[in-house]
Amino acid sequence: MSLSVSTGGGPGVHRSVDGSVAVRPFPAGAGGGTVGSMTDDVVKVRGLRKRYGEVNAVDGVDLGIRRGEVFGILGPNGAGKSTTVEILQGHRRRDGGEVTVLGQDPGTADRAWQARVGIVWQDESAAAELTVAETVGHFARYYPRPRDPAEVIDLVGLTGKAGSRTKALSGGQRRRLDVALGVIGGPELLLLDEPTTGFDPAARRQFWSLIRRLADEGTTIILTTHYLDEAEALADRLAVIAAGRVVAEGEPGSLAGRAQARATVHWAEPDGTARSEETDTPTRTVAELAGRFDGDIPGLRVTRPTLEDVYLRLIGSEDR
Amino acid sequence: MAGTAAAGALAPAQDDRTARLPGAWRLGLLRGAMEIRMFFRLREQVVFTFAFPIVFLFLFASIFHDDMANTGSTASQYYVASMIAAGIMSTSFQSLGISIAIERDDKVLRRLRGTPMPPAAYFLGKIWLVLATGLLETAALLVFGSTVYDVDLPSDANGWLTLGWIFVLGITGCALLGIAISSVPKSGKSATSVVVLPFLVLQFISGVYILIDTVPGWMLTVGAFFPLKWMCQGLRGVFLPDAAAALEPAGSWEYGRIALVLAAWCVGGLVLCLLTFRWKNRNDG
Ligand SMILES: Nc1ncnc2c1ncn2[C@@H]1O[C@H](COP(=O)(O)OP(=O)(O)OP(=O)(O)O)[C@@H](O)[C@H]1O
Ligand SMILES: [Mg+2]
Repeated sequence: MSLSVSTGGGPGVHRSVDGSVAVRPFPAGAGGGTVGSMTDDVVKVRGLRKRYGEVNAVDGVDLGIRRGEVFGILGPNGAGKSTTVEILQGHRRRDGGEVTVLGQDPGTADRAWQARVGIVWQDESAAAELTVAETVGHFARYYPRPRDPAEVIDLVGLTGKAGSRTKALSGGQRRRLDVALGVIGGPELLLLDEPTTGFDPAARRQFWSLIRRLADEGTTIILTTHYLDEAEALADRLAVIAAGRVVAEGEPGSLAGRAQARATVHWAEPDGTARSEETDTPTRTVAELAGRFDGDIPGLRVTRPTLEDVYLRLIGSEDR
Repeated sequence: MAGTAAAGALAPAQDDRTARLPGAWRLGLLRGAMEIRMFFRLREQVVFTFAFPIVFLFLFASIFHDDMANTGSTASQYYVASMIAAGIMSTSFQSLGISIAIERDDKVLRRLRGTPMPPAAYFLGKIWLVLATGLLETAALLVFGSTVYDVDLPSDANGWLTLGWIFVLGITGCALLGIAISSVPKSGKSATSVVVLPFLVLQFISGVYILIDTVPGWMLTVGAFFPLKWMCQGLRGVFLPDAAAALEPAGSWEYGRIALVLAAWCVGGLVLCLLTFRWKNRNDG
């Protein structure tokens, strides 16, 4: 395998058994710090701004993304996710703020830098008179250390369609080709803007394992998505963006105080009435119930706020 | 974890990575081969590209089949030169001007820009494409002209050589001009109108359709700023007898000046492309 991966001599992010990552706070005000751990951020964004005419699409975003991390970006339509990702890739110019990606400013980066960054745009159009194999094989030639095209086609599950013209692919298949073109160069940083739109459930799972594999190989991945289960399954850390600002950042399990939030214990009374109780101490509640019911508690469930609950509260539309 | 160990073994040194970036010339060849393959997979496009100058040669040679006064030559001889020149410009200037604007709309350019491909490789690929299609089109015209209208092909190596350098310089200059004009239309939808109008006007003022000695002087002066007039003139020198040079505004074929103007367009066109080429639409922030 010819994946190009560099750890830059610094420590990678180490996932612990439960999938969480040691959180290092964003080095605020550490401007150009020379301490190894500080410079290990693959992406550093401070006060990023972008206007389209009257629209403040990105309005002061700060991000710090570490090498080897899978970083999820959530947010409602029009929040500024794509704009942010496209600025990180160098496609769009920013109006303000500092951006460093793999040690360079994307606005002025060179070809060698471009080879280290892969992207899957939200709105791709790879349709042409070429076949899948021809397209992927051709793009591989642009890179100094590409991955094996056949392997990439297999990883995105297009082997059966390798000989088909791209214009004859279905929407989801074309999306998989986009993903193939994003990873063909063996990028150190992979930017994915809603990559799984149009994927069937099996393709989505296959995509998840591809992302996990790339992450294990050391690729840093930034992923925007509207699928909260996808964010929860893949991301080491998440940022929620609304109206061009980061409104929350953290691990999926503890985002915006989710881990500390009160639990709800649900059960059914002997007469069948459903009951529930919000509590800080669900274990004690369950123990009391166990004593009362003398045996199994009917319909017992203990829930905490889902990522979706937290997310909807963050973007201020839980009542909708 | 596993990733860290593998990464250590596979991590390339920074300068190693730079050194291995594929070069523009080689990628240009690869792109050229791919562009040609894509071109020939679009049947309709192939048929109409090649039919265009042949149909026009048929029309003009049929309408004006008389001999041309004072030259000892025929109208078909005149129009074969004109149509080769116009064909060169349509395969290069017109088709690139339109197709690149559409590629920009379709995000093909954005995709390429997101790879380490050097921009020159893209332009080179387009030039290979138009060289191949232009060559085939010229050959088709010559075969059609000589079999149907008894057009005399160049009789000596000198004539073919002249045809050759006018073809190469002309098509390169027009291709670069086409790449440059593709940045003018706001979107792929308006590209056809933006590109076709100046091309049509140029054909009239460069003596493609109308005999050169009947084109008003001021039009010829405007036409002289662009490559098409000079390509037509040089190709008339190849296909018409020397006596016909008397019809030229200058009274001679002016090969030195033709070479100069066409070469200047190659250089100027390249500079224009490098300065003005847009990889994304104007409204694409
Ligand atoms: N090219 C553009 N020209 C003008 N306005 C734009 C342009 N692109 C985006 N915008 C505006 O900027 C804002 C942010 O858009 P962006 O595409 O970044 O949102 P997003 O978070 O990716 O949304 P979605 O979830 O729908 O993809 C929106 O209000 C959008 O209308
Ligand atoms: Mg978006």
